[in-house]
Amino acid sequence: MSPSEESRFVYVTFIRTTPERLWEALTTPEIMRQYWFGMILDTDWAVGSPWKLVFTDGRVADAGEILEIDAPRRLVIKWRNEFRPELHDEGYCRCTIELEPHQAAVKLTITHVMERSESQMIKAVSGGWPAILSNLKSLLETGEAVISRF
Amino acid sequence: MDDDAVFKALADANRRRLLDRLYARPGQTLMDLCDGLDMSRQGVAKHLAILEEANLVSVERRGREKHHYINVVPINEIAERWIATFQRPQLSMLSALKRTLEEEDNEPK
Repeated sequence: MSPSEESRFVYVTFIRTTPERLWEALTTPEIMRQYWFGMILDTDWAVGSPWKLVFTDGRVADAGEILEIDAPRRLVIKWRNEFRPELHDEGYCRCTIELEPHQAAVKLTITHVMERSESQMIKAVSGGWPAILSNLKSLLETGEAVISRF
Repeated sequence: MDDDAVFKALADANRRRLLDRLYARPGQTLMDLCDGLDMSRQGVAKHLAILEEANLVSVERRGREKHHYINVVPINEIAERWIATFQRPQLSMLSALKRTLEEEDNEPK
């Protein structure tokens, strides 16, 4: 597929931590809540299992299915918006999260792809990821997230 | 990663232009990026390497092709470093305003 028939972005951040700690932060609701603006990802983390991203008031923001899981290296999930009809109608996109040791840090790469051009969904999540990743980085490196609300 | 690398990378107009182009159309190859620029292929490659080193550009290899993406995470960190501090008083001012206005609306909810 050529880039013109899809919408994709690739975000990278380097976090001074271990792959195991970063994986724990990505998959543990109590930690997630601290950098994901109070939201948590609810799932049992098994291939084929459903997941949902839940707002603080219990509404479901996004949902999907776990496609691949290889702790603490790689996670691939199917992802669909559940609260904005125009984004929901675009259907599922795919999010790949990769962790690689890099000197004293871990390189965290988030790739979010929708198999259509000009995806509004990809535009929407691209507003969220940089803030979530900066928050996650400062939480793991300093013990404190910078922004608690979005 | 390294603030100095980020600021140095952003200090060059050609590199900012490359970021603008990647922002407008993510996933371009070196050849795509050279198209329409009066810069040598080598020059573009050199600037891309500096942007990549500063983590302002992320790269994805697909087969033999190398696709480039603008990575705004370091820019976001620069913004939060100062803006988040200044936002706090504004945010508390706004919530105070909201409280005052909602109290005037004396219909208990």
